[in-house]
Amino acid sequence: MPIDPQVHFGYLLRLADSNLVLGHRLSEWIGRAPVIEEELALANIALDLIGQARALYAHAARIGGGGRDADALAFLRDQIDYRNLLIVENKNRDFAHTIARQFLYSAFAELYWDALTASRDTELAGIAVKAVKECAYHVRHSAEWLIRLGDGTQESNNRAQKAVDELWMYTGEMFESDQIERAVLDAGIGVIAIDLKPAWNETVEPVLMRATLQRPKDGWMMSGGRSGRHTEHLGHMLAEMQFLQRAYPGQQW
Amino acid sequence: MVTVVERPVEIDAIAAARNALDSVVDPELPVLTIADLGILRDVRLGDDGTVEVIMTPTYLGCPAIGIIAIEIEVALERAQIKKYRVIVQNSPAWTTDWLSEGAREKLRACGIAPPAKTSSSKRALFAVDAALCPICRSDRTERVSEFGSTACKALYRCLSCREPFDCFKCI
Repeated sequence: MPIDPQVHFGYLLRLADSNLVLGHRLSEWIGRAPVIEEELALANIALDLIGQARALYAHAARIGGGGRDADALAFLRDQIDYRNLLIVENKNRDFAHTIARQFLYSAFAELYWDALTASRDTELAGIAVKAVKECAYHVRHSAEWLIRLGDGTQESNNRAQKAVDELWMYTGEMFESDQIERAVLDAGIGVIAIDLKPAWNETVEPVLMRATLQRPKDGWMMSGGRSGRHTEHLGHMLAEMQFLQRAYPGQQW
Repeated sequence: MVTVVERPVEIDAIAAARNALDSVVDPELPVLTIADLGILRDVRLGDDGTVEVIMTPTYLGCPAIGIIAIEIEVALERAQIKKYRVIVQNSPAWTTDWLSEGAREKLRACGIAPPAKTSSSKRALFAVDAALCPICRSDRTERVSEFGSTACKALYRCLSCREPFDCFKCI
């Protein structure tokens, strides 16, 4: 079934936005990480995510960017036009919060990319083949840290549990379905996220258990990122991230 | 009297381009050419007579992509190729399986453990725990960090000769 290019474009944009925003958040750790190896790791993961976003933006631009390129999509759209999941825009708090956020998101992203490797959009499938391998490293790295923190000292356990508790209400949005998702599914391009929920639970629950952390109950869930309703954090992040292109339009390295 | 044998210009352009590209190396792994690495996928003639160079990045976020593209352009300019285009193509995705056997030996020679042989199954992705030390070939090695000096490498340490080394990730 053929798809409206604007719907296809919108779908690619939401995937790209989540990766770019989380990549930028991780890059904010540079110069602040607890040890040098971890600084490198966070910067590496940020690079992977920004690279995934760049490939997605470039692809989206060709399909329905209306003359905009990848940079224009990243740097010249306002908060209300961003379509990322709310969990990734959460501002950085302590290290446990960053690790928990990474684990909950990457566990989802790995499954999502894996499903997208079968997409009929061959460029998207190619990006997915690459991204799923990168994500496997992110899941393993963040899971190892979460276990170390949860099963560590009283202090690290408290912080890890607090982070998981605070972030849990953002996990529901990952599995939401809407018209765009149904359209890309019908076209053989996209994935229905709710189908991934059992596998996500199977990834997340054993890690929380080994980390001696309580899995929070699925209660009320935050939502809105995909329709441009964001938390207060995203605007501040974009203001910094987009500053140069806004102040000096068209600047290049 | 000199006889000029006319050859189709296009074939010359492709051959000259291929020849020129043999000198382009990865800026982060200068022992390897882009052909050794398998990121140079094709050199072909486009519909409009433009020489098209197809490259596939090792990592989506590889910061060297831009530099490599510029180096390709410089090499083509030097070879006096007039019309060319560098195309970054993500599909099919690059895998460490595309490294040539010669490339694996060159990596070892400069102190980088080559990736495990296959990345086609996800299980194999993490089998690199048995990375052989590129210096003394011992298998008594340990991973220091999953993430090393570049996106495509992890940091290891040899427990026999105590040498720290990079290991090319299996991706």
